[in-house]
Formats: sequence, structure tokens, C-alpha cells
Amino acid sequence: MESNEVVIETRNLYYAYEDEKYVLKNINLRINKGEIIAILGENGAGKTTLVKHFNGLLKPTKGEVFVLGKNVKDMSVAELSKHVGIVFQNPDHQLFSETVEKEIEFAMVNFGFEKHYIEERIEWALKLMGLEKYRNRSPYTLSIGERKRLTLATVLSYDPDILILDEPTAGQDFLQKEKIAELMNLLKHRKKTIIIVTHDIEFIVNRVERVILLVGGKIIYDGDKRGALTNYKLMKEARLLPPQVSQISWILYNLGVKLPKDILYTEELLRELLRIYKS
Amino acid sequence: MNTLIELEGVYFKYAGSKEYSLKNINFKADKGEYILITGPSGCGKSTLTRVLNGLIPNFYNGELKGKIKVVGLDVKKTPAYKMAKYVGTVFQDPENQLFLSTVEREIAFGLENLGFKREVIRERVREALEMFKLNELKNKAPYELSGGQQQKVAIASIIALRPKILILDEPTANLDPLSAEEVLQLIDKLVKSLGILAIVIEHRLEIALKYATRMIIMDKGKIIADGDPRKVIISKEANIVGIPKVVEIYKRLVSEKVSLNTIPLSPEELAKLFVKVIKKDGE
Repeated sequence: MESNEVVIETRNLYYAYEDEKYVLKNINLRINKGEIIAILGENGAGKTTLVKHFNGLLKPTKGEVFVLGKNVKDMSVAELSKHVGIVFQNPDHQLFSETVEKEIEFAMVNFGFEKHYIEERIEWALKLMGLEKYRNRSPYTLSIGERKRLTLATVLSYDPDILILDEPTAGQDFLQKEKIAELMNLLKHRKKTIIIVTHDIEFIVNRVERVILLVGGKIIYDGDKRGALTNYKLMKEARLLPPQVSQISWILYNLGVKLPKDILYTEELLRELLRIYKS
Repeated sequence: MNTLIELEGVYFKYAGSKEYSLKNINFKADKGEYILITGPSGCGKSTLTRVLNGLIPNFYNGELKGKIKVVGLDVKKTPAYKMAKYVGTVFQDPENQLFLSTVEREIAFGLENLGFKREVIRERVREALEMFKLNELKNKAPYELSGGQQQKVAIASIIALRPKILILDEPTANLDPLSAEEVLQLIDKLVKSLGILAIVIEHRLEIALKYATRMIIMDKGKIIADGDPRKVIISKEANIVGIPKVVEIYKRLVSEKVSLNTIPLSPEELAKLFVKVIKKDGE
């Protein structure tokens, strides 16, 4: 395996806001280069708190976090954010410039990129996210979906190796979701590591390989997606619903129909249904 | 009065905009309906709800044409505070809607604003806390609550005003699946027990579809499909909003000559319909 390079590692990570109780408890994770991972859990489970440790926005209360082999306590946020780009759920926490173009430009100027390169990247990002016609508009005049795409454009423009997308599909319509999926594909081909924080189960079924389930600040599952998404008990514990395909097979199983309980994909379910129908 | 909304040939263009955001909208709705409105972003769904609750033309400037009757009132001639008595609106982000120190105060606020007497306010708040099972949370600050609980409080504070129409603009966009399910189910209960008209804008069809009594698809300012959810969801117009997996599986089964008789809107329905078919064929 060529891609066994660990890009993010946490060791016994605990985190508490001020003196409150721990919102992250003993998190041990190893994320390899090029992996596509979904971190799932209900609101308040600690998903966003966890990923904020990956670009230095938060520092562990106890334990350690390593990014690209270096302990984050020895790295500045500026250094980290060059490698780890986070697109937050609420775009308004992230946007502040006068125009769309300036918004994209900002980070690149800060990183000291050359002018002609910056111009090139702005054009690329605007086009990729379908925002060309808004280049001179104020970000605040855009719809929430468009603002979200702008935060994506901003982060993609400086080409970080690790991308963290926090609820990228929330409030997005079907076509925008398809675009986000396409984008993830593009990033995958470019060997980026992608971490998506979400509770949009249907969206991730065909788009990630590994799933991490967080409940009350603890990891209750880390592994192959099928093991999590088709397990009713785990999903319920995380206050999530299995994909509709898995729900159907589970209900059929409980109604006495003989089929596997861990069906995940449409094609698998159809094959089973047709087999049963014909027998 | 059963008909609560009557729109005929409605057009709207925002001030400064070249294009109409609503084009020739003809739309009638009765009490007891649970209407799901969906469509790509920018299709005009939020604009339509703004016409229904009077934010257009009271707060948004622009050119409004056509006949608009909501609860028998002409929206163009009725001040916003009067519309608020009949039409309650809940938005995507409850955080932006809740701002008081406790859940109880939050529910009382709208009533106070509309000038109800103190006894009435007390009674309505008590009722709302009960109905929405919020008694345990009544002294908590809204920001201490989960997203689902916050959205419940937002709906409770609207329902306390006893509106005839409840509009929800993407009420579950920021909620986890189980909370989203709870909120949409709660609306179903309100429609059935209070006989109100609910208009819900949603992208999450896999959860919302099964509760709707009627489904509308909008695109580019127009209503392009309107009717029974089971018919609308298999129309070609539905392709732009993305059909849920259950419906996709139904269609694939049909193409393999396995007919389930009805179009399922939830995994439970699909499973039960399938079991019926295999039992019948086995006999």
C-alpha cells in the first residue's frame, strides 16, 4: 500500500471548553493520506470540536495531535491552515471581505503567494464553484447556498492537502449536492485527504470509505462504512437513520423475508428483491 | 372557511432585479393540507412564502401583481402585524429567531406583541409547553437547547398565536435526521389535531415526503408540478429535485416487471408492499 502515510493522528485527545466537562473524551485516530472519511454524529456530539483540532483552532486540554508528523503545539495556525483547509457549516462565520473576489484572494495573499498565481487561482475557484458572475458582489448579498460555495472556493483556491468539510450538504438542493459530490471526486483524484462532517447519510453512502461515529464526545465506531451504516443499534445510539436501502432490508428481514441484514447499496437490494420475487 | 389561500396570476419582481422571481403563480390551499414545496435554490419558494405571510410587500420592495387572498385578506392592503395573527412563519435557523432568556418567555413574547391579555398569555403558554412537551425545559435559555429542541420552541411560540397557516422554510436544514423526523412529524400532528394549513419548504424529501398530502415543485419562479405526492414524485419534473431511494427502487422494480401497485413514500411502505406482492404470487 503506497498511501500508508499518516497525515493526522490524535493520541488520548481530551478537550473541555473552559472548566466545563469534557466534550471530547480519549480520541485516538489515525488518518492516512488520500483517505475519504465521514465523521458522523448528532448535533453536539463533538464533531466540529474534533476537526478544529486538525488545523490548530483548538488545542487539546489533554493528549496530543499530530498533523503531517508534527505536533500541532509546535505549529502556528497560519502554518497549519496552509495544509488543512476547513469549510465551516455556517458560511457567515467565515466570510468578511467586501467582494467575492477579495474573499478568495485574502488567504492566498496572507500565505504570500505570487500575484499572477493568485489571479489564476481566483479564476479557477470562481469557475469551479459557479460564482464568476458574482465576483464583484458583496458576499452578504448572496444566498446561503452561494455563500457556502464561496467558502469552499476560498479554501480550495490555496490547494491544501487535507480538506475538512463541515456539513457541506446542509441546506443545499439536489443539483448543488451533485456538484459537491463531483468536487469530492476531483479532490480524490488529486490524492487529497477529505474529512466530511455530516449527518447526511444518503449523501455519503457512495462517497466515503471509512466512517467514524461520535456520541457524546467519544468514538463508538471507527472503520468500514458498512459496519456502521447498516447497524441499527449503532446508528440509533448516534441518533442517525441508516440509509433507506438498509432500512428497507432491515424491515423486510423483520417481516420474515430471508435476505442479508447488512445491505447498503441500491444494486445489492435490487438483486435480493428480484431473487426473492422469482423464487 | 376552508380555502385559506387564493393566488391568481401572481408575479413578483424584487426592487433592482431585472427578472421576475415569481411568474404567473396560481395556487389555492385549504385547511388541513400539509403542503411540501421543493425546487432548486433560487426557484422562488422562499419568495412565495414571503407573499403568503405579507413580508412581500410589507418589508421587501418590488413589483407585485395579481390577486392575493390569504385568510380572506388582501395582503397588499393588510399591515404585517395583522397578517402575523393568521400566518406564522418558522425559519431555517432557529438561533436567529430565538433571543429571550427562557423558553417560557420566548413563547410568551409573540402573544405580548400582539397585545393579548395577561391571563390569555399565561393560558396559551401553559398549553404550548404541554403540547410540545417543553415543560421540563421552560426555564432553560434557548441557546442551551439542541437544534431540534430550539426548532420545537420556535414552532411552539408560533402555534401559541393560533395561526391558521403555518409556514416552515427549511425547518430541518441544520438538524440531525432523528430531530428532523421529529419536527416534521410534529407538524403532521398539528395539521391533524388543529386543522391548520402547513406549508413546508424542504430539500430532504426522503424524510418529508411521507407526511405531505400535496407536493409542489417550483423552478425558475414557476410552479411546474402540483398534486398528490405519489404522482408528483414519479413525474419527470421531479428529476430536478432528486428522488428518494425508495422511489428509485420502486421505479427499478417496475422496469424489472415487479409492480408494487402503489408508489411507496417510506422504507416501511416499500417493505410492506413488497411482502404483499410475494405472498400473493406464492398463493
